[in-house]
Amino acid sequence: MRMWFVCRFCCPAAQSNSNPEWEAKVLEYFKGQLKEKESHSWVPSLNDVPLHYLKPNSLVKFRCLVQDMFDPEFYMGVYETVDPSTKFKPRSGSVLRFKFTNTVTAERQTFYCVPIPGESPWAKEISFLSAARVVPSTSYVPSRQKRSYEEDDDMDTQPQKQREPHTEPHGNGDSKRQETEAPSSQTTAPSDCSSHLDLNFPLPGERGPACLVKVYEGLDSFKLNDTLEIYGILSVNPVLTVLGEEKDPSLLLLNPTESMETPEEQRAHDPPASLVPRLHMLYARPLQHNNPLLPSAPTEDQSAFVSSFLVEMASVRAELLAYLTHVLLGDGLAAEYLLLHLISNVYTRRDVLPLGKFTLNLSGCPLNSYTERLYQIVQQLVPCSYRLSMSLHTMNSMRLVPKKDYVANRLVSGALQLARNTSLFLDETQLEQGQLDSSGVRNITALGNLISWQKVDYDFSYHQMEFPCNINVLVTSEGRSLLPSDCQVPLQPQVTPPNMEEYLTTIHMAQFTSQINKFRVYLSLARTLDYSISDEVTKAVEDDFVDMRKDDPQSVTAEDLHRMLVVARLLSLSLGQTTLSRDGWMRAKHIDMLRRSRTEQQKSLNGNEP
Amino acid sequence: MSSPTSTPGRRKRNRDDIPATPKSTRRRGQDSSNGDLPAMPTSPGTDIASPAVHDTSLFSSPRRSVLPSEVDMSSPLMYGTPSSRVEARQRPDLGSIRKAPQVDLHSEPPSADGAVASEQALGQKLVIWGTDVNVGTCKEKFQRFLQRFIDPASNEDENAGLDLNEPLYMQKLEEISVVGEPVLNVNCSHVQSFDADLYRQLISYPQEVIPTFDMAVNELFFERFPDSILEHQIQVRPYNALKTRNMRSLNPEDIDQMITISGMVIRTSQLIPEMQEAFFQCQVCAFFTRVEVDRGRIAEPAVCRNCNTIHSLALIHNRSAFSDKQMIKVQESPDDMPAGQTPHTTIVYAHNDLVDKVQPGDRINITGIYRAVPMRENPRQSNVKSVYKTHIDVIHFRKTDEKRLHGLDEDSDQKLFTEERVQILKELASKPDVYDRLSSALAPSIYEHEDIKKGILLQLFGGTRKDFSQTGRGNFRAEVNILLCGDPGTSKSQLLQYVFNLVPRGQYTSGKGSSAVGLTAYVMKDPETKQLVLQTGALVLSDNGICCIDEFDKMSDSTRSVLHEVMEQQTLSIAKAGIICQLNARTSVLAAANPVESQWNPKKTTIENIQLPHTLLSRFDLIFLMLDPQDEAYDRRLAHHLVALYYQSEEQIEEEFLDMAVLKDYIAYARTYINPRLNEEASQALIEAYVDMRKIGSGRGMVSAYPRQLESLIRLAEAHAKVRFSDKVETIDVEEAKRLHREALKQSATDPRTGFVDISILTTGMSATARKRKEEVARALKKMIQSKGKTPAMKYQQLFDDLRGQSEAAITKDMFEEALRALADEDYLTVTGKTVRLL
Repeated sequence: MRMWFVCRFCCPAAQSNSNPEWEAKVLEYFKGQLKEKESHSWVPSLNDVPLHYLKPNSLVKFRCLVQDMFDPEFYMGVYETVDPSTKFKPRSGSVLRFKFTNTVTAERQTFYCVPIPGESPWAKEISFLSAARVVPSTSYVPSRQKRSYEEDDDMDTQPQKQREPHTEPHGNGDSKRQETEAPSSQTTAPSDCSSHLDLNFPLPGERGPACLVKVYEGLDSFKLNDTLEIYGILSVNPVLTVLGEEKDPSLLLLNPTESMETPEEQRAHDPPASLVPRLHMLYARPLQHNNPLLPSAPTEDQSAFVSSFLVEMASVRAELLAYLTHVLLGDGLAAEYLLLHLISNVYTRRDVLPLGKFTLNLSGCPLNSYTERLYQIVQQLVPCSYRLSMSLHTMNSMRLVPKKDYVANRLVSGALQLARNTSLFLDETQLEQGQLDSSGVRNITALGNLISWQKVDYDFSYHQMEFPCNINVLVTSEGRSLLPSDCQVPLQPQVTPPNMEEYLTTIHMAQFTSQINKFRVYLSLARTLDYSISDEVTKAVEDDFVDMRKDDPQSVTAEDLHRMLVVARLLSLSLGQTTLSRDGWMRAKHIDMLRRSRTEQQKSLNGNEP
Repeated sequence: MSSPTSTPGRRKRNRDDIPATPKSTRRRGQDSSNGDLPAMPTSPGTDIASPAVHDTSLFSSPRRSVLPSEVDMSSPLMYGTPSSRVEARQRPDLGSIRKAPQVDLHSEPPSADGAVASEQALGQKLVIWGTDVNVGTCKEKFQRFLQRFIDPASNEDENAGLDLNEPLYMQKLEEISVVGEPVLNVNCSHVQSFDADLYRQLISYPQEVIPTFDMAVNELFFERFPDSILEHQIQVRPYNALKTRNMRSLNPEDIDQMITISGMVIRTSQLIPEMQEAFFQCQVCAFFTRVEVDRGRIAEPAVCRNCNTIHSLALIHNRSAFSDKQMIKVQESPDDMPAGQTPHTTIVYAHNDLVDKVQPGDRINITGIYRAVPMRENPRQSNVKSVYKTHIDVIHFRKTDEKRLHGLDEDSDQKLFTEERVQILKELASKPDVYDRLSSALAPSIYEHEDIKKGILLQLFGGTRKDFSQTGRGNFRAEVNILLCGDPGTSKSQLLQYVFNLVPRGQYTSGKGSSAVGLTAYVMKDPETKQLVLQTGALVLSDNGICCIDEFDKMSDSTRSVLHEVMEQQTLSIAKAGIICQLNARTSVLAAANPVESQWNPKKTTIENIQLPHTLLSRFDLIFLMLDPQDEAYDRRLAHHLVALYYQSEEQIEEEFLDMAVLKDYIAYARTYINPRLNEEASQALIEAYVDMRKIGSGRGMVSAYPRQLESLIRLAEAHAKVRFSDKVETIDVEEAKRLHREALKQSATDPRTGFVDISILTTGMSATARKRKEEVARALKKMIQSKGKTPAMKYQQLFDDLRGQSEAAITKDMFEEALRALADEDYLTVTGKTVRLL
C-alpha cells in the first residue's frame, strides 16, 4: 500500500491531502533512491525469495515478462471515510464503508507477468546471489537448493549469502525487514503447491511466481512480451481472493453484476493472492537483456564496461571459437557459424522485412542425445533459451502459438511467447515419420513464420494478430531441415569420440567458471554493439557483387547478398569492430564460400546415394 | 409507471438494477482539481416508504427510486402524457426511472453546491438535480429539432425512400405510425448540427435527457396521429455520438455519459431474467403487495399491512415482474489497436428488445451509457471494494458488416479524416509525380520491379464500381487481379506480405495450406447453441480488400475452381448443410506462383511454366514475371540498394520514402471519395487502344485481344485517375493503363517461339503458332496414311517412326499423339491399344 509507505517517511502533508502532487513526489523519491548505485540490490526479489518470507506491503522487485494485459479498471483514487481523521488510500481493494461524497475515479491496468521464460539456471543463480553479496548483514536469507544441473559444478553457490532489504533509508528498519530465522530447508519455488492452478507460463515445466502487476501510469509505454524489472509494493491480502466455489449461485440472480464473470474468468483474473501475489508498480525498468554479468542500465559505467571489454574481445572470441570447435566435434567452420548465430539480433525492420536475423540450420548432427548435450552447452552460454524437441507427438500436441481464451478472458500462452533474444533450439533429429494433424501443421507453419518474418500470429479466434518477435532460432537436423533457414551448415565431424557423453562432459569440465562467464559477457555484449558501413566499403561490396554476378549469374542472387551482408555484420561485431572493413567483407565472403562448397558437396553426396 | 394489473407470468419491462453510479470528475470548463465535484448531496425529502432494511448511507444518489404509490405524475421524468392510452414501456437501458428533484436555482439551494449547475441558468428556473437540464426547454428544443431538421445531403441507407427536403424525423414518425414499431433512431450528429447545446446535454446527461426526448416525441406523435395504436410508447434511440469512437480511449470521464464505440462481439450470454418488482402475498389474509427491486435487493415487508401478522408474506415468483437482459462481451476491433498490445474487452448489457440482436463475430457500433459499478465484497453486505466494474448499457446497436450481404457499404467503412490530413493528402495528390512517388513508397525494401509495383498500386486503388444490374449484366468487376510469377527467391512473398500489411481488410493465405472451404466458407455447428452457423473464409473476409494467395500453383484444383466465380462475378455461392446463399466477395486477388520446374524456362510459355488453367489466368488483369534480370547495371543498383538497406538509419529512410501511414490514408481516402468516370476523349482513346490491339493480331491471323482485356484497360485507367484524385478519367490515365497492360503482356504472353505478343496463350492456353503447328502435323500424318493406300490397320510404333522419318522438323511423341487425336476427332481413324485403324 502506497499511502502507508508515504505516511511513514515521505511527506506528512499527504495526511491532509492538501498537496495533490504528493503522488508524483513519491514516485520521484523512489526513482531517485533507486538510481543510487547499489540500491537495486537492497530490494528483495520476488523471483528468488519465497513469497512467505516477504513482508506484505513492502517494496519488492520482480523481473518478468508481460504475458497478458487485462482490461483497464476504474478505482476510487481518493475518497473520504466515515472518520475524517483517518483518510487513507487503499490501492488494493480494502473493504471500507464510506460516504460517497468526495471521490476521484482513476484508471489503472493489470498486467499478468511471469518470470522470463527459459531463463538459464546460471543467470538466475548469479543475478540473485550476486545481489545478496552486496550488503552483508545479519538477517536471514533463505539458502537455496541448488538446481540440479550437471554442468554447474563450478558455480559459486555459498549458501550463506545474505542481504538486507534496505527499503527504508529513513530508518525504522524492523517494519521492513524480512522475516528472519526461517527454516533453511525450504526450497525456493513458492508455487510448488500451485499445480492445480494454471499459472499460464509460456514454457512447460517452468516454475516461479506469477504476478498480477497493477500499473498506474505510462500504460501505453508497455507492450506485450516486454521484459521488465518492476519495483513495486507487494500485496498478498487474502481479501482479494474471490474463489468461484464460495459463490452461492442463488445470489447471482439477486446481484447480476457479479455474474458477469464466469468462474474460469475469475480464476484467471483473481487467483489466490498467496499463489499469484499482486504488485503495485512504482517504477519499471525495461530490460535490454537479462544477463546478470553485464550492467543492465545504459549508464556511464556500462560504457566504461564496454570499452574495457572491447580490448579483450578478440582473444575471448578465439577462446570461445576453440571451445565451440571442440563441442562441434572439431568442425571449425560450423563453430564459426554457431558463434555468429549466437550474437545475431533483429536490429531493425524495413516494412515487413526483419534485418539481422540469422537462423542457422546445423545439419548432419549425430544422433543419440548429441543435440541434447549441445543444447545444454548453449544454455550455459546464453541467458535465455528453450529446446523444442520436434517429435511428432510434441508437434501435434503442443501449443506453440498463444491463443485467446474468451471464456476465461485471457491469453493462453504458448511456447513461442518468448522474451527478446531468447535462443530457441529446434531439435529436428527427434522427428520421425508419421502424420501431422491439423494442429501439427499449424505449429510447423508458425515456426516457419517465426523464422522467415520473426513474427508470431497470435490466435484471437475471430482474427489473428501479429506480434513481432526477436528470437534466435537454431535448427539441428540430420538432413536439410524442413523449416526455412537463413543458412545451412552441414556438420563435418573431425573426431569421432567413442563415448559422446563423456567427450562433451570433459570439454565442459575443462572450462573454468571465469572463462565461461567471459563467454557469456562476450555474447551479450557483441549483440548490443552499433554497426555501420562506410561509403568506401559500400562501393567495394557493390563492385564485388557485380563481379561475382558477371562470372556466373546463377551462383549469386540477391538472397545470397542479403546473407553475406548479415554474415559480414556479425563477423565484424564478433571481433568488436563496429564498422565493416574490406577485410571483414572478404572474410565473410570466404567463409560463405566454404560453407556453400560444403553444402554442394553434401548435395552431390546425397545425389549419389541410391 | 406500469399498470398495477400485470398478469402473472408476463414479463414487465422494468427498471434496471444499478446500485449506484459513482460520479466521475466531469471535465466541465476549467475545473480539473480533484476535490471539485458536482454536487452530490444526500437525497432530499423523498424517500422510501418501506422500512429501509438496507444501508441507506451506502450510496446516496440523488436519483432515488420511488415506490409506485408515490409516483408524482407531474414529474417531468414520468412517461407519457396523462391522456395517452398507450402503455409506456420502461427503459432499463437508461437505468431506473428516477425521479430527480428539480432545483430552483434562484431560491434557496438545498446545498451550497447547487451553483454547479448554474452555468447557463439565467432565465430558466428549474433544472434537474445535478445537471443543467431544464425539462421544458429541452423538450421544446427537441420537438423543434424533430419538426425542422432537414438533411439534404443524407446518404444513409436507413433514409432511403424518404424525401430529403422534408423534415427527416417527421417522416420517420409517419413511418412509425404505419409500421407500428415504436422506436425512433436519432443520429446524434444531426442533433449536433441543429443545436449544439442540446447535443452537449444529451451526451452529458443521457439519463435525464433521453426520457425528456421520449416525452417530447410521444406528445408530438399522438398529437399528429391520435388514432395510431402502438405496443408501447415511442422510445428514442440516439446513435452515432461523436464523443468516443475507440474502446481504448474510454476513461473515467466518460462514466455516465453517452458514448459510441466500435468493436466485435465475442460472447453473448443467455437471457437473464431480471426481477424488477417482487410480488408478496400474505399467507394469512391473501393481501398482496408489490415491492420494487432496489439495487438488486428486495426489501421484504415484515408485517402485513392488512392483518398485521408478522412474517406472513411470501414471494410469489410467477406474479413478479421481470425484464430481459443479456450480457454481451465486445472486443476492440483489430483495426484500432496499437501494435504490440492485446485488445481490450468491454462488457455490454442489452435490455428488452435489444437482447439477441447481435451474434458473436458481428462487428458493431454501440451507443450506450458507460457505467461503473462498485463491486460488493460479499453480496450480503453493503461493503464495496474500491475497484469498479465497468459496463455499457446499450441504447442502440448498429452492425457495421450487416450491409455487406446486400449492396453498398461505403458509409460504414468511412474512415474519418481530419481536415489537416485531407489537406496533406490533397497536396500530395496535386504533385505531378504522385504516381511515381506512391509506387516507390510501396515496399521500399524490395528492389526495382517498378512496373509491378505500379500494377499493385493500381490494384490497391481499384476501378470504379458500376452497377449494371438493371440491364441484367450484374455488377461489373471493379477490382484488379494480379498474378506474379517467377523464379523462387525474387521476393514475391515479401511483396505479398507487404500488401497484406498495408490494406485494412487483407488476407494472406498460402496455396499449400488452404483448402477450398478455408478460402470460401464453411458451415459449422456452434458448440454452445448447437446451431449451424456459416463461417466465412479468407475470400469473403477480404471483401473490399485484397486476398493475397502465395504459392498459387500448389493449390489443389478443386480449391482453385472456387476462384473462378470469385474472380469474375465477385460472389461466392454456397450450398451446404441446408444453407444456400450467395456471399459477396468483392476482393482483389494478388497471387504469386512459382514455375513448375522451379526455374523459369524462357523457352516455354507462361501456361507451360506455371501449369495453371488458362480459364483462371485470363481472369487476371495483369500477369507479371518476376525474373532475375542478368545485366551489370541492374546488379550494381541492386547491390547498392541492398547494402543501403543494411546501413541507412531510420531517418534517412523516412526522408526518402513516404510514410506507410500516409500511403494507407491516401489509399483509403481515394477508395472512399473518388469515383472517376470516363470522359469523352478517354473513351475514344480506349476504343482506339482496343482496336489497335485487335489489329496487331489480325495481321497474323490471330486474335490478340478480347473484351476482357478492354475491361481490364478501363479498370486500370480508372485506378490511375484515382491515384491522381481526379474525378475524370483522362487520356493520360488511358495511356498509362495501356503501357502497363502492354508491359505485363510483353512479359507473360510472349510466344517463346516467335517472340510476338500473343494473347491467346493466356486465353486459350496455347499460342497461335503452336496451334498452327499441331494442325500441320495432323495434316502430314493424314497425307502419309493416305499415301500408304488401303491398309485398314497399322502398327502405332511403325507409324510414328514413319512420320518421324518423313518430317523435316523433329516430332515428339506428344506431337504425334496429338495429331492422332486430332484425326480421331475428324472420325478419320481410331486408336485401339497399339494399332491404328482407319474408318
